Amino acid sequence: MNVVSSTQQVGSFVIDTTEQWGRSWIFLLRTVAALIKPPFRPYLYMVQILQIGVNSMLVIGLIGLFTGAVLAVQGEYTLAKFGATAYTGPAVALSLIRELGPVLTALMVIGRAGSAVTAEIGIMRITEQIDALRSMAVDPIKYLMAPRLAAGIVAMPLLCCMFNVVGIFGGYAVAVGLLGLSPGTFMSQIVSSVGLVDVYSGFIKATVFGLIFGWVACYKGYTCGFGAQGVNKATTQSVVTASVAVLIVDYFLTSVLTRVFMK
Amino acid sequence: MISVRNVHKSFGSQVVLDGVTLDIEPGKTTAIVGPSGVGKSVLLKLIMGIMTPDKGEIFIEGENMTAARSESRKNHIRRSLGVLFQTAALFDSLTIYDNIAFPLVERNGLGAARAHQKVLDIAESLSLIEYLHNFPEQVSIGIRKRVGMARALITEPKVVLVDEPNTGLDPLDGQEVYDLINACKSQWGFTGLVISHELPEVFQVSDRVAMILGGRIISEGTPSEMIASPDAAVQQFLNGRTDGPIKIQ
Repeated sequence: MNVVSSTQQVGSFVIDTTEQWGRSWIFLLRTVAALIKPPFRPYLYMVQILQIGVNSMLVIGLIGLFTGAVLAVQGEYTLAKFGATAYTGPAVALSLIRELGPVLTALMVIGRAGSAVTAEIGIMRITEQIDALRSMAVDPIKYLMAPRLAAGIVAMPLLCCMFNVVGIFGGYAVAVGLLGLSPGTFMSQIVSSVGLVDVYSGFIKATVFGLIFGWVACYKGYTCGFGAQGVNKATTQSVVTASVAVLIVDYFLTSVLTRVFMK
Repeated sequence: MISVRNVHKSFGSQVVLDGVTLDIEPGKTTAIVGPSGVGKSVLLKLIMGIMTPDKGEIFIEGENMTAARSESRKNHIRRSLGVLFQTAALFDSLTIYDNIAFPLVERNGLGAARAHQKVLDIAESLSLIEYLHNFPEQVSIGIRKRVGMARALITEPKVVLVDEPNTGLDPLDGQEVYDLINACKSQWGFTGLVISHELPEVFQVSDRVAMILGGRIISEGTPSEMIASPDAAVQQFLNGRTDGPIKIQ
């Protein structure tokens, strides 16, 4: 009896998960299709880029500044053991551009804007605003989801660039100002060590993370359960799912991009 | 005209609608009444095409909503609908002006200038001029219902659906909403469907009344026929008694 019950539970879990996975992919495909289908409403996209991108700039700048500073301290400490403190600049810049910039930017935007997007759409769902859109023959996927997905894809790489620049500045300030490294060495080593492939790699990652951000945040809000608890659950799931997805996808992207660009 | 033909809808093992059949004549208003949880709002969502019935057909102005598979086909049929939701369902990020203009601008693709005069006209008719620049949370629920009605009527739909018109309203505001529905019926002459559990208040806006219970329409007639109905469940519900065939859940 227990074996049957356990098998049923496992089977039910597998079916539910597969169904959810399928629904979320259909949702993504419908949103992408809505992006390219007229009529276009540029002002809706502008509003979302403002809310998701521009309004995240302060927090991204702050996190970037201190991440760069910490990397400089840690890099100088580690490299000093090998007599290679001259490479502190490249250590800071490559870590930021290739890895920490895209990942930390994505995690911060997911935490700040992803939860807000899910909560906003979730509340629209439970207060019948999404039903109202449909009753007026306005497609909620096109009106609500497509601008948010596009804003994530556009804003994330730009925020990541900002994170990198501010982070390198933070690293420079600490390495040169506090740890006594030569400014010329710091910058020249960055110029000679960082290639365009590193920048492309980070840019591609940030774009994919932007897609994950928009997809998960919108999907969780759109499929939100009933009442305040439903919104609460959807918001939590949105942040956790998107953050975990970013870290998992990051590993695979890093593996693929390293092979592609190193060739 | 709305025609509901033998509609069934279940959620899992729970049967909500079990063969509902109903016709609403053009220009007339029918109230669907019944206790909470009998599927009145589900029926409304089926008519709007937001849910799909397990069985049966729904026609709106002669077009089969249940046969419409694609969202664009459903949207074509929805163009003849105006809906006043239970909580008005206004967009809280938009002003009242923008809420009223929304279907004209976003659905009909009317320019802001062309929509402007229509918004002012309907706001004037429904005494909303002074609230146009407010946001929904800045006005009372009664005003929000009026705005919801303005938004439903601005595209001059042939069919208007109203879900629980006086939920959350005090008796004065509730009466104001019924007066508003009657005034709008006279001015715009739409076919109406009103979902309510407020008896006998809803009779004042209804040409016919249908009572739904156990997933079926158990009684239908004019308001005076319903008041005189020999059906024990209708009488229990009308008189608000706890004893009778309707079990309190």
